[in-house]
Amino acid sequence: MPRKILILFVHPRFEKSLNNQLLVKHIPISEHITFHDLYERYPDFNIDVAFEKELLESHDVIIWQHPFYWYSAPPLLKQWIDIVLEFGWAYGPGGTNLRGKYVFNTITAGGQRIAYSREGYNGFTVKELLAPFEQTARLCKMTYLPPFAMHGTHRITKEEALQTAGHYKYLLETLTGDNAPVEEMQGHPYLNDWINRQDKE
Amino acid sequence: MNFLAQALIYLAAAVVCVPIAKRLGMGSVLGYLFAGVLIGPFVMGFIGKEGQDIMHFAEFGVVMMLFLIGLELEPSHFWRLRKSILGLGTMQLGITSVILFLILAASGFSWKASVATALALAMSSTAIALQTVKEKGLSQTVSGQASFSVLLFQDIAVIPILAILPLFAVQGSSISASGHQTFIDQLPGWLQTVSIFVAIGIIYSAGRFLIVPMLRLIAKTQLRELFTASSLFLVVAIAMLMQLVGLSPALGAFLAGVVLANSEYRHELESDLQPFKGLLLGLFFIGVGASINFELIEKQPLLIAGLVVMVMVVKAGVLFFSGKVFRLSTDQNLFYTFALSQVGEFAFVLFSFTGQLQIISTEWMNILMAVTAITMTITPLLLLLNEKVIDPRFGVKEKPGERETDHIDTQHSVIIAGFGHFGSTIGRFLRANGVEATILDNDSDRVELLRKMGFKVYYGDATRLDLLKSAGADDAKIMIAAIDSPEINKELAATVKKHFPGLKLMVRAKSRMDAYEYIEMGLTDIYRESLHTSVKMAVDVLTRMGHRSYTASRQGQKFLQYDEEALLGMASIRHDQKKYILQARENFRMQEELLSQDLKQDLTENDHAWDSEEIRTGINK
Repeated sequence: MPRKILILFVHPRFEKSLNNQLLVKHIPISEHITFHDLYERYPDFNIDVAFEKELLESHDVIIWQHPFYWYSAPPLLKQWIDIVLEFGWAYGPGGTNLRGKYVFNTITAGGQRIAYSREGYNGFTVKELLAPFEQTARLCKMTYLPPFAMHGTHRITKEEALQTAGHYKYLLETLTGDNAPVEEMQGHPYLNDWINRQDKE
Repeated sequence: MNFLAQALIYLAAAVVCVPIAKRLGMGSVLGYLFAGVLIGPFVMGFIGKEGQDIMHFAEFGVVMMLFLIGLELEPSHFWRLRKSILGLGTMQLGITSVILFLILAASGFSWKASVATALALAMSSTAIALQTVKEKGLSQTVSGQASFSVLLFQDIAVIPILAILPLFAVQGSSISASGHQTFIDQLPGWLQTVSIFVAIGIIYSAGRFLIVPMLRLIAKTQLRELFTASSLFLVVAIAMLMQLVGLSPALGAFLAGVVLANSEYRHELESDLQPFKGLLLGLFFIGVGASINFELIEKQPLLIAGLVVMVMVVKAGVLFFSGKVFRLSTDQNLFYTFALSQVGEFAFVLFSFTGQLQIISTEWMNILMAVTAITMTITPLLLLLNEKVIDPRFGVKEKPGERETDHIDTQHSVIIAGFGHFGSTIGRFLRANGVEATILDNDSDRVELLRKMGFKVYYGDATRLDLLKSAGADDAKIMIAAIDSPEINKELAATVKKHFPGLKLMVRAKSRMDAYEYIEMGLTDIYRESLHTSVKMAVDVLTRMGHRSYTASRQGQKFLQYDEEALLGMASIRHDQKKYILQARENFRMQEELLSQDLKQDLTENDHAWDSEEIRTGINK
């Protein structure tokens, strides 16, 4: 059975972000993929919890797609996590509605990948900085996958950006497929790395 | 002819003529007048010379209208308009009557007759002018306010005029000659004047100390129809009292209305009497039409035509001059001039009064009444002429200047109809964000100002198809219906929906009731104008009371959402409740429904966000 993907897109200034526009444009149009623009839907942060829960329940893969502001996500995603992932529904006693679903972050970051390391000026790896998301997923009994990232967005060339966006498309198509090699994906620091290996093979 | 047959003729004439007149853009008043002429003794002859009797009955419509005008006369409103009421009012009434007096006196009338006639002719028709202002949605414009001020001043001025007229009475005259036996006939002139002031005093104190407690008692019985009955009783009783002392019932009713304007039953009285007023006023106009004595006109056509022209020229001249003095712009001044240039219904009252007092002869009374009726009849025609021919030539142009329309502007994809306090906020916000909207407005002063500020503005009635077309409704994307008057706004919405189905229509709704009607029209983008403000205020109240502001504002958001849902839900069941014909009653009923629904729905429930108490109890279970 094909998996259904829910992309929770969180960007407060989407109209100014060419890279995110490129990524979004490459999201395949498919009945199995739901693109949900949170800032567009909830400009006043008034999230419709019941509706969000319904969406989550009817999808198998959740993607938090957002810019990596201040080593984290824009505030609306935190708001979303705070009020949608309810105690007794997403976690805690009886909170099993998200069990077994996959979740990961798709991020755009200004810094190069190399900057996110002990030696780099950001000091921590992206995986380390995403720990709150990883643990959130774990608490909700979901499987957390490595992030898909577009690094160095300030200096990226059109070709490089296009390539990454193309990879994103490939990733989404694979994930909607019947038997995506999820375990294999989990073995990489980035989902980008898994795709690059596919490219070479 | 029996009563039913008569009623049938009147109603049929109204039902046929009024919609036709409305359709032709002439307003309902002219429709009624023509209906009267048509069924009157000189055309079809359905109603005979008993027209006079019917006039007496129909005058009751005027009585009610004045009662309602009095009711709406809040002191604060009066105070706000005091300058124009006193300034424009005295100027119009004073200069007009002086000029008319001089003309009349010069043509051989006695000075007493000249004064009485001049004063009567100086009056304008509240019924025609205010009705027109309302139908055209001009209440808030300068000309609307000026018209209202002058009419109000005249309404008030009638009181002393009626009080003073008996002093002019020809010695030995008595009103009993005309069949009405009144109490003050036997009194000498000065005592009549005194008794009139006494009667006014009685009405004032009765309103204060008798009527309000009585209404309170009746309201307690909770019987709506009893309240309606007592409202009618009230007006009839006042009319009776005034007739007893030989005064105009209209005057007494006006006074009683003023006295009751500050009571808590103002709105109830208003909504109860409104339908009666409308119907009786219609009857009054039919009566005016029917009582035009064509025989008399036939006999002395030149005299009457001359009088009509003379009176209207004098009145219009003085009005235009006073408008100039008060710096009305040309458009506003033209409308104001034409709207008030007729002789009003008060003249009928004053003429019959002066006739009874034998200040003027019966023959002259009939001639003057015919003149009055004719001026009333041609007013709507004059207004039409002004709108179609005169104003477009001298006033603000309907379309923006050539220069502006030169370049094809793809930018103007938003049209805002109505640039009052609601529409202007939208327009300013859009402009601040670089969106230039096309504006439709019918206040010429505002149109000029906006054009000076560089807005693209079309001037005129936004419900007109040709104006909408020239404003670019065919190519625009969004139409914002933000006109102040709910009736006109609905008309606009219906027109746009019918003729420009591709245009996204976003409407301003004044109230829940209006919102329901828009929902029934199949619209989805409905903005109730007070909803967000009142919820915001309620949120601030919660905050002031010590609630954390974020929690309060989340509650506010939730309430808004719930209320929108409730609106849609109730719109679907509203059809069953069509039996509530009166708006006020339906409003009341709806409020009841809403309040009980609120009780069922615990709005604080189901939100556990950031609530650690919930988690604590969950874990410890």
